[in-house]
Amino acid sequence: MKNIPGDLKFLSSHEWARVESDGTITIGISDHAQDLLGDIVFVELPEVGQTLDAETDAAIVESVKAASDVYSPLSGEVMEVNSLLEDQPEIINSSPYEDGWFYKLTPSDLSELDNLLSPEDYSDVCED
Amino acid sequence: MNKTALNKSHIELGAKMVNFSNWEMPISYTSLIEEHNAVRNTSGIFDVSHMSIFDFDGGNQIAFFEKIFANDIKKISRVNKAIYGVLLNEEGGILDDLIIYHANDKFRLVSNCSTRDQNRQWYEKHAVEFGVKVIERSDMGILAIQGPEAMSKILAIKEIHAEANNLQSFGCMFDDDRLYAKTGYTGEDGLELIVPNMAINDLWDQALEVGCVPIGLGARDTLRLEAGLNLYGNDMTINNHPYESNLGWTIDMSDESRQFIGKDALLSIDQSKSQKIVGIILRDRGILRSGYEITHEQGKGEVLSGSFSPTLQSSIGLARVDQGYQENGKVFIRNKALNIEFVSPRFIRKVKMQP
Repeated sequence: MKNIPGDLKFLSSHEWARVESDGTITIGISDHAQDLLGDIVFVELPEVGQTLDAETDAAIVESVKAASDVYSPLSGEVMEVNSLLEDQPEIINSSPYEDGWFYKLTPSDLSELDNLLSPEDYSDVCED
Repeated sequence: MNKTALNKSHIELGAKMVNFSNWEMPISYTSLIEEHNAVRNTSGIFDVSHMSIFDFDGGNQIAFFEKIFANDIKKISRVNKAIYGVLLNEEGGILDDLIIYHANDKFRLVSNCSTRDQNRQWYEKHAVEFGVKVIERSDMGILAIQGPEAMSKILAIKEIHAEANNLQSFGCMFDDDRLYAKTGYTGEDGLELIVPNMAINDLWDQALEVGCVPIGLGARDTLRLEAGLNLYGNDMTINNHPYESNLGWTIDMSDESRQFIGKDALLSIDQSKSQKIVGIILRDRGILRSGYEITHEQGKGEVLSGSFSPTLQSSIGLARVDQGYQENGKVFIRNKALNIEFVSPRFIRKVKMQP
């Protein structure tokens, strides 16, 4: 497995969350997830202003083969979505941790971060 | 799990392996889209050895096929050719679709993987009265080499008989126990090579050496979908008859004296009321998937196969719909009604369907 950036926290269902310096949270899917999915051809993102609950449906990602739900690692209000993904969803394959982010939210309960997996623990999940 | 003779080669090439009807098969080697495009633009090679292969010995084989096969075997019984068609049960339900090859006075049959046991029992049951022996060739495998450059690549493989170059569409020839046939499941030029497992690794390696790109079952599915070719189990099952499966053209009743299994049931079907399989293109953002509901001005239907078309760069599908559709309809994806266009299933020719 490729190196996972150390500042990320994960759900076992392969979503990552990063706390930015302004306190917002950026969310995407892992390198392992994009590899399992294969060529990504469509993403349905949440609406800006939408309120999401942790570990519930936030987005849909579709590869040629199948559609998968993306769960929100944290609760909060969506501030911004990555509109680049609308025309170039393949960015998720090439840059899952940087350019291929899904959305940013203002968290409503930062203590939820404690429920997420560290990069090491997430790696173990992927190898099981 | 069953493995083909090429299993080790797939793993060495770094293929993602999946369980396909209890066979460990490569779904893709690199990227499904790159593999798909290689077949459309150059040439690709597929290991499809999971398909079931049957030979026949003795007895009246023509009479046997006349009874169990809804297309008429007499179309090929005097020529070296292949014929596509379906096996029906007495109710006219499709048991399987298959290709029968005829060359050098021998018949060889290739049908699906998941129906292997059902078909073997069906053939054996009906072969008895014609004195025909059914021989499953589990000692054989199938390579498909497909694409605009496929024929030139095939001829660069030194073991392949040069006469293979003269094969016309659906033509076939035996070279000893190897069968070379101009058939495929991609809509492209090329051959399928039905050969002993002992020879298959060498042929595979040579094909890769001359530049054929290894292609997994993932791209095989998008290629066949763009070509408008049905997938048994997805687009038709035992609960469908041929007329609602775009396969009316494979039902040959021109010889009125021929009684094939399922014929009486088909004769009682009012084709003017049957649903039809139609091609659909999604005109909004999204991806069509099997099971999505469809509506049009005069009826409804359901998506059977759906995916992203790398060639058309949009989502396409096959759907079974009520008759009376015009050009446009709606598909329901996650409770949203999106616009679809009804077209000929042969997407890569983009022929408009007559209303």
